[in-house]
Amino acid sequence: MLKELRLALFLIAAMTVLTGIAYPLVVTGIAQMLFPWRANGSIVLDEAGQPIGSALIAQRFDRPDYFHPRPSAVDYDAQGSGASNAAPSSKRLIAAITARTEAERATSSERKIPVEMVTASASGLDPHISADAAYAQAPRVARLRNMAEGDIWKLIGDHVEDRSLGFIGELRVNVLELNRALDALPRQGEAVR
Amino acid sequence: MTEDTAQLLLFALAIVALTPLMGRYMARVYAGERTLLTPVVAPVERAIYRLGGIDPAAEQRWTRYATSVIALNLVGTLAFYAILRLQDVLPLNPRGLGPVEPALAFNTAISFITSTNWQAYAGERTLSYFSQMAGCTVYNFVSTASAMGVAIAVMRGFATSQTRSLGNFHVDFIRTNLYVLLPVALISALFLVFEGVPQTLADYASVKTVEGGEQIIARGPVASQVAIKMLGTNGGGFFNANGAHPFENPTPLSNFVQAVLMLLIPAALTYTFGTMVGDTRQGWALFSVMAIVFVLGLVIIYAAERAGNPMIAALPIDQMAGNMEGKETRFGMAGAALWAAVGTTTAAGAVNSSLDSYTPIGGMVPMMNVQLSEVIFGGAGSGFYNLVFYIVLAMFIAGLMVGRSPDYLGKKIEVREIKLAVLTLLIVPLGMLLLPAIAIMIPAAAAAIQDHGPHGLSELLYAYASATAANGSAFAGFDGGSTFHLTAQGLAMLAGRFAFIIAGLAIAGSIGAKRTAVAALDTVPTHTPLFVALMVAVIFIFGALSFFPAVALGPLAEHFEMRAGRSF
Repeated sequence: MLKELRLALFLIAAMTVLTGIAYPLVVTGIAQMLFPWRANGSIVLDEAGQPIGSALIAQRFDRPDYFHPRPSAVDYDAQGSGASNAAPSSKRLIAAITARTEAERATSSERKIPVEMVTASASGLDPHISADAAYAQAPRVARLRNMAEGDIWKLIGDHVEDRSLGFIGELRVNVLELNRALDALPRQGEAVR
Repeated sequence: MTEDTAQLLLFALAIVALTPLMGRYMARVYAGERTLLTPVVAPVERAIYRLGGIDPAAEQRWTRYATSVIALNLVGTLAFYAILRLQDVLPLNPRGLGPVEPALAFNTAISFITSTNWQAYAGERTLSYFSQMAGCTVYNFVSTASAMGVAIAVMRGFATSQTRSLGNFHVDFIRTNLYVLLPVALISALFLVFEGVPQTLADYASVKTVEGGEQIIARGPVASQVAIKMLGTNGGGFFNANGAHPFENPTPLSNFVQAVLMLLIPAALTYTFGTMVGDTRQGWALFSVMAIVFVLGLVIIYAAERAGNPMIAALPIDQMAGNMEGKETRFGMAGAALWAAVGTTTAAGAVNSSLDSYTPIGGMVPMMNVQLSEVIFGGAGSGFYNLVFYIVLAMFIAGLMVGRSPDYLGKKIEVREIKLAVLTLLIVPLGMLLLPAIAIMIPAAAAAIQDHGPHGLSELLYAYASATAANGSAFAGFDGGSTFHLTAQGLAMLAGRFAFIIAGLAIAGSIGAKRTAVAALDTVPTHTPLFVALMVAVIFIFGALSFFPAVALGPLAEHFEMRAGRSF
């Protein structure tokens, strides 16, 4: 048994060096060399070069002239992550969904609210909404920005990400990128001046 | 809908195509034959033997093999526990995190070493980069290679005749790591970075958001951990949200590939077995058993989640997308259902959506998958040796039905094997039903339940099923942070994992010592649809029926209450 333990100790030490230090460091080295932007968290910079978020992580958008991301069970705090984990039969969940639906209905012209806008995502950091959910917000954003609704529709259309290989996953829009593109558009009136 | 079908079909195709490729490769590796990687890996392998004073030619009986497994896992648990407790003084701790609390460190160390990877910890808030690398990542490799070694030893028991040797654990362990796990993990990790998974040692990013708020974004050496977490069917996330986190699983393609990685080794080991016993049809028969139960579950989960939540049907909500509470937009229902099925049939327990928020039927299937104790593909390695218990049982029943003494692949199945199989399978309901029954009587332990009504029972049942079967997924509203649950689940994990390892090796030892008889005309053939149907029936009768009363009080009750419009 003593010999077994000595061998075990050796193997754990060898595994720590090989798979706990060498392997992650090799991956880090190659990743930082080949895909440095992604390896560091897909951090998006503004015009001044300051980091304003990650392209993969949802951030809070409360202002009504922006597109809104999905509700977050962790309040968009990216130091953590998680879902509501609420049971489908729980009063807590049904109350939350009802409240969100009423709030959405107050600003939306749609007869029905897309389900992902009133349900919390699994990570709390879902960076996407469906294309439908973006189109549903278009009238509000267009009105508040004093823009033609058609321009907003076109902007959304340009930002719809396709399914992988054409059939894996869902059509979706990255909210941060869409809002950034929105800010980059000249507001009506500005273009004339 | 068409896209969803196409995705699931492509997944099935990928697994069927990869199984013989990977299976044949592993058979060569464990037979010590030359492979494509030999020129690169063999020098490292020899160096490890030399440094450790390991004689690769030494043969081990089952008792010795088991001793080696346990010694390695014991030392590993202690080492991992020490890392967690000392992470504040160890390097690579940019957040300055304090030591992990003793009960949580105990639970986490055991959870990784048993390949359960129950996430009582929240990675980004609890663990330093060093704990993720030298802890989580290492023990993903260690637990997987241990289980695969045991699986191969058990296969040798059936493949050899009249020998007491099951091979050498240290050699199997090293070869698994060097030839199988490390190369695949390395390539997968780089692919994941390409898809957007971070791999950095830099501190969390601090950003000023578009609306002017502060956001701190957790990151770290994620890809290297996630790659082996999937390949090894471990399932312990770098982040709290596991495979739902956009940094662990950024695209539908990364989602698909990770699902393939989870199933890759468990599926391929059936082919490795077929190769080792000299009849690949035997491997495909076991593969078919697993595939049938798997597909059945997947279809039910998908249909249930697609239908949406009936409790909000009256609201002005467009539920075309399905039950989206606790699911990510990019994966959709097919991507979520696929992971729910793969993550719970294999021992991975990785999730890309919140199982707790699944519809009652959509959540019942993952729970039952776990309760079958990981034989539907199961863990990398553990899936195979767990299935052996069901094979023994099925052949015993078949023998009774045709009035012959049972055998499998020319090996007589006798009292000793049947006793071992039955006793071991009895541990499962102890951990999965008795422990939650105790917990529910202790107010402090019952307080861990989040939801009222039958769903609360489901949460508790799921937690102990997950621990005993070494799965690690959860109805995550359940708060497993109390000392009672951390400890009881730690014990359930240890019992579930090591009882199966020891009993599996014991069966292999006694089977290996028997003479392989030439197949007679009247033996029950084990590569036919009849055998497959028998196995499926035995798995359902012994695996699922024990839990039916509990499931009826949990998910089924919730389903019917919801149909009647009752909320809790």
